[in-house]
Amino acid sequence: MSLFRRRADLPFHHDAAAAFLPAMIAMMVFLATLALSGALVLDNLLARWNRDIKGTLTVQVIPADPDPHSKATARRIDKTVRILEETPGVIRVRPLSAEELAALIEPWLGNTDLIADLPLPLLIDVVISDTNPPDLGKLAERLKAEVRGASVDDHRVWLSRVIRLADGLEMLAKAVMAMVSLAAAFAVVFATRAGMAIHRRSIEILHLVGARDSYIARQYALRALGLGAKGAAVGFGLAAPVLIGLGNMAKTLQGGLLAEIGFSSAHWAVLAAVPAVAALLAMAAAFLTVLRTLSRML
Amino acid sequence: MKSDRLSFGRQPHADAAIVRFDNVGLRYGQGGEILHDISLSLAPGSFHFLTGDSGAGKSSLLSLMYLALRPTRGRIEMFGIDATRMSHAMLPRIRRRIGVVFQDFRLLDHLSTLDNVALPLRVAGVRESEIARHVPELLHWVGLGDAIKVRPSALSGGEQQRVAIARAVINRPDLLLADEPTGNVDDRIAQRLMHLFIELNRLGTTVVVATHNEPLIRRFPFPRLHLHGGGLSRYEAGEIPERTEAEP
Repeated sequence: MSLFRRRADLPFHHDAAAAFLPAMIAMMVFLATLALSGALVLDNLLARWNRDIKGTLTVQVIPADPDPHSKATARRIDKTVRILEETPGVIRVRPLSAEELAALIEPWLGNTDLIADLPLPLLIDVVISDTNPPDLGKLAERLKAEVRGASVDDHRVWLSRVIRLADGLEMLAKAVMAMVSLAAAFAVVFATRAGMAIHRRSIEILHLVGARDSYIARQYALRALGLGAKGAAVGFGLAAPVLIGLGNMAKTLQGGLLAEIGFSSAHWAVLAAVPAVAALLAMAAAFLTVLRTLSRML
Repeated sequence: MKSDRLSFGRQPHADAAIVRFDNVGLRYGQGGEILHDISLSLAPGSFHFLTGDSGAGKSSLLSLMYLALRPTRGRIEMFGIDATRMSHAMLPRIRRRIGVVFQDFRLLDHLSTLDNVALPLRVAGVRESEIARHVPELLHWVGLGDAIKVRPSALSGGEQQRVAIARAVINRPDLLLADEPTGNVDDRIAQRLMHLFIELNRLGTTVVVATHNEPLIRRFPFPRLHLHGGGLSRYEAGEIPERTEAEP
């Protein structure tokens, strides 16, 4: 009950934290919200890209000479198939027939006999395991080294590298959030300490009339909660339009790699937790700082 | 009359003492001792004046009693508990049994008279309804009934002093320590405040009043503790320490 009394027992309107803390928290919440939304977007993309590289894979082999039915070409195909079958994570390997190749290319060149005379690359359809996919990078290197003219469909290889990069970026976004939280906590700690130095006389009086440390700490904690909530609301209010703008820009890209960059309402709910957590963090940091500082006073 | 162990009050049994000092010494920093070899014991329900020249250490002696200072040597017991080894967490419980009137009042300037006096009750978790009942009543009694919502800075020195006294007695302390509590008020109010202390004393509060006011001391039949040259002597009511002529 005394917790929510309108007036604090300490003269808080006299200290600098009133201006400094909300501004600091606003900036931190702005950054943390952007970092978290970055992590969420990457998480989305990663989920989709990981789905994409699961399932099937295509390996192409360039014919050894203009005659697509030559022995040298057949040897290349055989060797490629053998390497694929040896690779862990590969479930099934099937070279495409000449008819299937012609069907694939028909939309571009039309159904002409010309196709049969072209030195078209030969394609091998590979089914790979979902749970234990092969290392595409390594497989590509091995094929390149051992079979002339053989290569793994490089879209997939490229994607697997993008995924690794995105993984790293997601971790970076999380690290940024951790750093920002830490910085906000430090700001609260120092603002609280400065406030305690200013209010030293009043704190002494509270002590002398029998106040426990927790009573004094609660006053600072409630104040930090108030200032933190104010700053957090401003920070989130600034971040939200930026995110909405970015989301709209991404939507105009239509499809492709960035198709799922927008936010669902679930994502917004997660993002809205950022200012709430920031305000609570400010409260906890202030409470612990006061307890720690007071335990060193008589 | 001067002795190493001063034991006085109605119940001289040492173990029951409210305050007990054993060879207490106090120094600030590297300076010399301002208090040395202080031994005393205040029985429950006793009333003492504390006298001595300015700078003789009266405020320091009181600070030791309300646990704002720790002695550099010796042993202090408050309510039978060793104060020199008391943990930080125990201090509030002891301090809630002590009411202090500071020479410089130490009121919180941003709080009203009512909130200042209510402070000891609030920190002890007393209900607001009880605070609303008791605090105005006491403020009326000390003649500040009209100043309940006023801040200390708008009050005269004498009025602030009465706020400080009201704050010290609001929770009916077991021990009341008053440092020059009548220094800023006229004689009539000084008498009235003394009667407040005596009334509390009758109800069981042990009282120590530090003062320069010789006429006041003479008017009331209480023993005095006199600080001189860093040491403490005790005089019965009516006895006058040597060299008090030098005091204002």
